[in-house]
Amino acid sequence: MTAQRRAPPVTDLDHVQGGDSALVTLIEYGDFECPSCGKAYPILKRVKARLGDRLRFVFRNFPLESHPHAAHAAEAAESVATLGGNEAFWTMHDLLFGNQKALEDDDLAGYAEHAGVDGRAVLMDLAEGRYRQYVRDSFMKGVRSGVNGTPTLFLDGIRYDGNRDEETLVAALQLVSAQASGG
Amino acid sequence: MSWKAGAPLPPGTTAPDFTLPSSPRQPVSLADFRGRLVVLAFYPADWSPVCGDQLALYSSLRDEFERLGAEVLGISVDGPWCHAAYTEARRLRLTLLADFEPKGEVSRRYGVYDEAEGTSGRALFVIDGDGTIRWSYRSPDEVNPGADGILEALEGLQARTAGKGGTTA
Repeated sequence: MTAQRRAPPVTDLDHVQGGDSALVTLIEYGDFECPSCGKAYPILKRVKARLGDRLRFVFRNFPLESHPHAAHAAEAAESVATLGGNEAFWTMHDLLFGNQKALEDDDLAGYAEHAGVDGRAVLMDLAEGRYRQYVRDSFMKGVRSGVNGTPTLFLDGIRYDGNRDEETLVAALQLVSAQASGG
Repeated sequence: MSWKAGAPLPPGTTAPDFTLPSSPRQPVSLADFRGRLVVLAFYPADWSPVCGDQLALYSSLRDEFERLGAEVLGISVDGPWCHAAYTEARRLRLTLLADFEPKGEVSRRYGVYDEAEGTSGRALFVIDGDGTIRWSYRSPDEVNPGADGILEALEGLQARTAGKGGTTA
């Protein structure tokens, strides 16, 4: 367990920003109600802007039960992704992190509507628990890969334990992407 | 990275028994769990950010631990009322034990007391149903050790038990 922790590879089921031609992949295991993830959100947004198309960004759900609304927020995001596609998912993702204090089911339905999806359908999915197991599976895969809290980041699949300030992250990503383009 | 406390008791050692108060002033003894697997998670302090993540993770994994037949006990030198407030505030479904009086005594016996800081070091133990330590791990205090190592250790024990004709959950 002292070995490097590796995240499962990116698949078609993942929520991805950026193309396959990107030089480096950043995976975030996050919780929409987690204050640390909320703090990381604007930083990661600036990091993404600075790296541009060199970066591929992936978000995976890791809702901790100490955050009472986190599981439904994650399930709602999955529901929106299925109903509205990748772009709708990222709109939802941004709305959730932008409104961490308002994550009741009705709020989630409202954000889904903003993302262009039928809010009632999302509420139905929540009531039926349609994505509960899927989110739990994502959580367990994360645990097995060494996700130990939120947010946990992986750079090109390897867990990143460094500082999460903008400059440090950009430098780390630039280093990996420079190695990728050089090799 | 800081490794100020000593080495944790290694696998094969008999786990020192103890009785410590848990959150609602209930004494809990290691011997109460004979026949079951126990995970001891020593950590430096309630409320500190890294500890919070670690315990929140274990709390979220309660069902998995239960499936594997294991009880998780968190141990720090914080008092029982501190544990009670912390458990409630963070909605933890975990038993937290107070290694409070004499301070750090149990942590010391497991080799993970940090004399300089006056707190338990961050360390994990998996103890089998006979009370023998089967896996131990000491993490630098500032690094959350996660749960992958614990789950692997528990599954390894379960597989071995099954091989001896026991049953798996």
